[in-house]
Amino acid sequence: MLEDVSAENEAAARRRAMGLLARALSSELSGPLEQRFAGHGARELKPVETGLAMLRGRAGGDGAPFNLGEATVTRAVVELPGGERGYAHVLGRDAERARLAAIFDALWQTPHRRRLVETCVLEPIAARLEAERARTSAEAAATRVDFFTLRRGEDDP
Amino acid sequence: MTALAFADPAVESQAAFRAILRAIASPGAIETCGRGLAPPSPLSPAAAAAILTLADFETPLWIASSLRGGEAAAYLKFHTGAPLAASPDRAAFALLDLERDRLDLKSFAQGTADYPDRSTTVVAETRSLARRRGMRIAGPGVNGTAEIDFSPTPDDFLSQWEANRSAFPLGVDLILTSGIELAILPRSVRVTGGE
Repeated sequence: MLEDVSAENEAAARRRAMGLLARALSSELSGPLEQRFAGHGARELKPVETGLAMLRGRAGGDGAPFNLGEATVTRAVVELPGGERGYAHVLGRDAERARLAAIFDALWQTPHRRRLVETCVLEPIAARLEAERARTSAEAAATRVDFFTLRRGEDDP
Repeated sequence: MTALAFADPAVESQAAFRAILRAIASPGAIETCGRGLAPPSPLSPAAAAAILTLADFETPLWIASSLRGGEAAAYLKFHTGAPLAASPDRAAFALLDLERDRLDLKSFAQGTADYPDRSTTVVAETRSLARRRGMRIAGPGVNGTAEIDFSPTPDDFLSQWEANRSAFPLGVDLILTSGIELAILPRSVRVTGGE
């Protein structure tokens, strides 16, 4: 199954995994790492760095791009003994969280560990994010106002 | 396994930058640079430090054939993020080994009359580099004359350098490295045979 996914699917899957890892809480990463992947052996290729990333936006999805502002981003790069390189960029200045996310990105790339990373790390994060999203939209839905326009008839000939 | 670069990038790259600045301000002076770095062979710590400090994602790096395919090239590319230049005349920085590559100063970007700074800064690995009788350097930054000796020296080095110097303000600057030491010949200095 995994062999015949195209490079494009692979890239999309990795993007999804990295996106989830970037939004993970520290505890969602450190727990599984200690319990399941204690012997990961990852080392930092570059010291974890905090810097600024320019956020770009477009009005209405197809307007001219503009610079919205800068966000604080922390970046980590690690390498496993097998040569897999994990990258992470997380919002904020939590160096440990960035390091953990990078380790999981590297572990995710190891074929025999991907399954375990998906089930014990990514799925709980996705479930939490989905629950948060549902709660926010439920809160928003409670204040929703529907407008009805009644046909008044005076435009009729 | 990828080798590590600066452990403390801000402080160490500033220290390396300072050493490069001192070396270019007084041509022929030998400065220590890159102590503590362990780049993949055959890259010297001084050459690695100079490129790690100066190059970034906006500066195309040209690597001569003796180093191009190896671990040294992968190391520099990973740590600087610099794109590899297709030809020497498109490079902001170039790396070559005087022992195994031919030095051709004319082949690099010379800058333009409006932007002389858009020339290539060449980092050349040498087998030995010393401040002793060899070639004589004179010009801005040198009180009287200074002596420098590096080997191997290309046979036509003096004529190449004279052509490079006479195009001032265009021309390339040459960083000579050996181990953890470097010296710089900026385009403004005159180099003559010592004897």
